[in-house]
Amino acid sequence: MAKYDEPLLNEIEKRDDDKIFEVEREKLNIPNLNEREVVKHFIHLSQMNYGVDTGFYPLGSCTMKYNYKLMEKVVKNDKINYVHPLQNEKSVQGCLHIIYELEKMLCSITGMDAFSLQPCAGAHGELTGMLIAKAYFESIGEERKEVIIPDSAHGTNPASAKMAGFEVTEIPSKNGKVDMNALKNAISEKTAAFMLTNPNTLGIFEEEIIDIAEEMKKAGAILYYDGANMNAILGKTNPGIMGFDIVHLNLHKTFATPHGGGGPGAGPVGVKKYLEKFLPVPRVCKKNGDYFFDYNRPYSIGKISNFYGNFSVLLKAYAYILLKGRELEKITERAVLNSNYLMEKLRNAGYEVPFYGRRMHEFVLSLSKLRERGIKAIDVAKRLLDYGFHPPTIYFPLIVEEAFMIEPTEDESKKTLDEFADTMKKILHEDEEILKNSPHNMPVRRVNEVMAVRNAILTWNDLKIH
Amino acid sequence: MDEILDYIGVKSIENLFSIIPEKIRIAGLNLPDGKNEREVEMKIKKILNMNKSFFEMPSFLPIIKPHYVPPAVDEIVGRQEFYTSYTPYQPEASQGILQAMFEYQSIICELTGMDASNVSMYDSSTALGEASLMACRIKKRNKILIPKNVFWHKKSVLYNYAKGANLKIVEVEYGEDGKIKTDINEKDVAGIYIENPNFFGIIDDRYDEIEEMKENMDAILIVGVDPLYLSIFNPPSYYGADIVIGEGYLGNYMNFGGPSLGIFACKKEFIRQMPGKIVGATTDINGKRAFCMTLQTREQHIRRGKATSNICSNQALCCIAFLAYVSIMGRNGLQRVAIENMKNAKYMADRLQKIGFRLPFNSKFFNEFVVVGNIDGKKLNEKLFEKNIQGGLPVNEYLKNGILFGVTEMHSKEIIDYAVEKIKDVMEEIQ
Ligand SMILES: Cc1ncc(COP(=O)(O)O)c(C=O)c1O
Repeated sequence: MAKYDEPLLNEIEKRDDDKIFEVEREKLNIPNLNEREVVKHFIHLSQMNYGVDTGFYPLGSCTMKYNYKLMEKVVKNDKINYVHPLQNEKSVQGCLHIIYELEKMLCSITGMDAFSLQPCAGAHGELTGMLIAKAYFESIGEERKEVIIPDSAHGTNPASAKMAGFEVTEIPSKNGKVDMNALKNAISEKTAAFMLTNPNTLGIFEEEIIDIAEEMKKAGAILYYDGANMNAILGKTNPGIMGFDIVHLNLHKTFATPHGGGGPGAGPVGVKKYLEKFLPVPRVCKKNGDYFFDYNRPYSIGKISNFYGNFSVLLKAYAYILLKGRELEKITERAVLNSNYLMEKLRNAGYEVPFYGRRMHEFVLSLSKLRERGIKAIDVAKRLLDYGFHPPTIYFPLIVEEAFMIEPTEDESKKTLDEFADTMKKILHEDEEILKNSPHNMPVRRVNEVMAVRNAILTWNDLKIH
Repeated sequence: MDEILDYIGVKSIENLFSIIPEKIRIAGLNLPDGKNEREVEMKIKKILNMNKSFFEMPSFLPIIKPHYVPPAVDEIVGRQEFYTSYTPYQPEASQGILQAMFEYQSIICELTGMDASNVSMYDSSTALGEASLMACRIKKRNKILIPKNVFWHKKSVLYNYAKGANLKIVEVEYGEDGKIKTDINEKDVAGIYIENPNFFGIIDDRYDEIEEMKENMDAILIVGVDPLYLSIFNPPSYYGADIVIGEGYLGNYMNFGGPSLGIFACKKEFIRQMPGKIVGATTDINGKRAFCMTLQTREQHIRRGKATSNICSNQALCCIAFLAYVSIMGRNGLQRVAIENMKNAKYMADRLQKIGFRLPFNSKFFNEFVVVGNIDGKKLNEKLFEKNIQGGLPVNEYLKNGILFGVTEMHSKEIIDYAVEKIKDVMEEIQ
């Protein structure tokens, strides 16, 4: 990775900086720069950033698969870039076709009956799903206030349930899976929903899912599927057949749309028939071959974002599904194969796999034994950077100490996985001081995050004061 | 592949899935075979050909509007190091995007006059939802005042965000000038939301009155802004804003409504209540300047159910586009475009007045404005569509025969003249 002492924008030499216009606004400290300087600046910054194209990026739970260049090309088209969301429907039939078809594809892949593409990310989909659950119980005159969530769940699950006005009950896991007794004890007539990721965040398939779904049905409660791990099951099973009522997907994971340094993504929500009427408006419908927006949905929860979601992201996912078709199943196969292979290699290299057994598309190591040597998961993560790898997700899920959560995805070759495993093995035998002081050859050395919190320097003005 | 299977001691790929109970297994996907890249590209091109872009059919719709994006912006956001990366949890491998985010925050604070900005909400509607929740957390009250004239999509999103926390949303009337009434007397108000320019495009420069209203009610003032507008008019900090939100469309395309980004900035005293990702400056162990995400104890991955928000993925790349746009334009470039927008809108409004429309509010406007004529906006739009023009947004729910137009630097004099001619033709046809 390149190293530059790259100035901030406001530190770059200005050009033609005199004020030209007489306007109400007196002061506006936005520099006037030469385009040449601006482009150089951002190219330098990009060269100090690690992307999927740079190398192995095995962030667990994030599914950092390769982003086809084709997707970037198909969205560069005036016929979406310069299309307004409120244009006459007759002039946006192409967009409506894509929404309509993508919804159908997602239904077929997940086994659900209807989808809304409006949520902008996974957590946004969760919130939408929880609001649908709320609207459903209101419609049948039941007051249910509780949502049950396993302690292995992603933080957005409890946060979303809470935002929709539910109280969250967290249940402990047993052997890395849902503890059926704990679940049964937690269920009551107040239970609105149980939120679950399957395979769960340890990469373990919850094989008792049929019983879980049965329990929820008996209790009259909703089973919610966090689809972050959909890459593990394409064509093998689906949330619909498992008995889930509401699903969200992360198109920026399973369906290969790029993560953009944090977004934009897309978090479509799918439901079973009985919940369809609560989906956000508008729905895209088709009549005599023409598509139109249907806003006349009295039970709908209303809107959850400005218009119809992150449309160009949706289009990329649509292109990906067209590209792969039914062979999406092969993706899952290779993702699961890669994950089990890498897990075995790392286990043989001396790393601990809690709840050892077969995994789906990802697995979690515990580095807690290294504590005896004063080494933490973060030290190993930073050392990986020196060897050109992006580290895995660390300290998640919370139920594993010193967690190292690895998701290699289907795209990586055996060679890459071998190199990663060899490097991990090498790191295990490296000197403590080297690890604790890593990284050594990145654009910056270990970043002091504690000081960042203490000083809270959030703009270039703050920086001047400090 | 066999080598890998051997290594893990599994006979076939199928065995890897034997853990899934038979009862819930499916026999593959019910999708067509995959296509090659050329086929996919051609198919999508063909589908999109059913659309009409601004260049084929001039449009005057408001809310989000067509703007020019300098090619260098596309080049910058097209760098794989930015667009394929994840949220920068490992700062040493992400200094580039972290510095860019820090610069984005700085630019947002320059524009809005706030002290701190996050790295985006999903859009301006969800930003309003989050800002309302934040105001209620700060004031420990649950009432939010909003103008009656807020785009109904935004209102609907707000109601959804308000639902869980049982917020009470009170709509405030506007006066004859189209501006929110400031002589309101509500009790227990947590936050007051105003927009500037407002939904009717009107510029509100009653700076003292607005601040007084906020102070009388001891409420959090949330101001919805247009970033381009801010380059030539006083920032909301000038009239007491505590939280500033808006649509960060600069450098981004319309894309049939998204992605864009929700601007979210606030005063420093409130940063611990702010939702979303925030980047801070610090140093590495050698004392070299460095950047990282900070104040993360507000967030869901640490605080779970008690987080300030559930947001995780955001619209980061749109922030980079916004930043690249502003960097390339500079202050002078921004002001030039803002002035052009305002001039073009004024020109169109003048032309429409000459053919019999009137401006219902006698107020200054930025790049959107409402006119009233003797034809229903929907009907006018249908007729215009036949002439290959997309008219403005009918706003009959506020004003009979009211139409809200949006005009930008993309609307040249020729385009405006042409459209006004056609509008005139329609008016004559229906006489
Ligand atoms: C298991 C799981 N659930 C939910 C989410 C939230 O998704 P998003 O970041 O798209 O909001 C994530 C993403 O990190 C996740 O890994």
